[in-house]
Amino acid sequence: MHPYLQSLVGGVMIGLASWLLLASLGRVAGISGIAGGLLGPDAPSAEERGWRWAFILGLMVAGVLTMGWLGQSAITVPRSPWLLGAAGLLVGFGTVLGSGCTSGHGVCGLGRRSSRSLMATLVFMGLGMATVAIAKTLVA
Amino acid sequence: MFQRAFWALLSGLLFGAGLAVGGMTQTAKVLGFLDIGGMAKGVTSTAQSGLWDPSLAFVMGGALLVSLVAFALTPRKSKPWADGKFHLPKRNDIDGPLLAGGALFGVGWGLAGYCPGPALASLLSGSTDVFMFVAAMVAGMWLARRFNRLLGRANGANEQVG
Repeated sequence: MHPYLQSLVGGVMIGLASWLLLASLGRVAGISGIAGGLLGPDAPSAEERGWRWAFILGLMVAGVLTMGWLGQSAITVPRSPWLLGAAGLLVGFGTVLGSGCTSGHGVCGLGRRSSRSLMATLVFMGLGMATVAIAKTLVA
Repeated sequence: MFQRAFWALLSGLLFGAGLAVGGMTQTAKVLGFLDIGGMAKGVTSTAQSGLWDPSLAFVMGGALLVSLVAFALTPRKSKPWADGKFHLPKRNDIDGPLLAGGALFGVGWGLAGYCPGPALASLLSGSTDVFMFVAAMVAGMWLARRFNRLLGRANGANEQVG
């Protein structure tokens, strides 16, 4: 299968997963929202935590099995532990402060035709592209 | 309780498999997409360094194709299969935290090539690098929820879209 077609198939699977969560639990399949909802103050009830953990467990198990099946390794562009730590902090803090990530804003938010999600998606895509461009000039 | 966990597990499994099939667990493909400067040199489908890899656009395109139909066709007046009501975000205003959060997230995304989904989907691969990223990400999420609290912003389910 051509890599672009494979990516399209992967995208359709993500879309169907979002549809499933919407139809069954009436929720937006946003990873940072689902994970963030388990952390810190205003932690939800046990019932609310249960489905969140179940979703994350499924995400992790299917992720590692599919990566193994396809022979993929995890990080294909090496980064120093310090840089990974800083990047992780920014991603975690930013997605919770900005109420969403690539899935919640990018897939579900745009799917709901939300103006907030469109704006957030433009901002994080733009800053991601700018960061890569700046990192490139620093390394070169 | 178990019914809800079952549907969430099923959705998570499909989501995680989709991320890996789409190539989003490979940071080279994500960074290759964000490297739009590479477009001048050419296009790649295998994350060849220096070239632009549009794979992420195909993943988002495929996902959006389905989610647009899903949100359009789901009758909001009825109930979800395993819940009393729909829990969808209601806000439409564009505020500072939305923009600042999106900007910080974008910088972190561009530095490592991981957003929350692919990072969690890669966690069990056993890579200490992924573990490092996810540990820092969880700490960042926790900090932001404390920060939201300090600002008097709600941390409710309807605020977080994901």
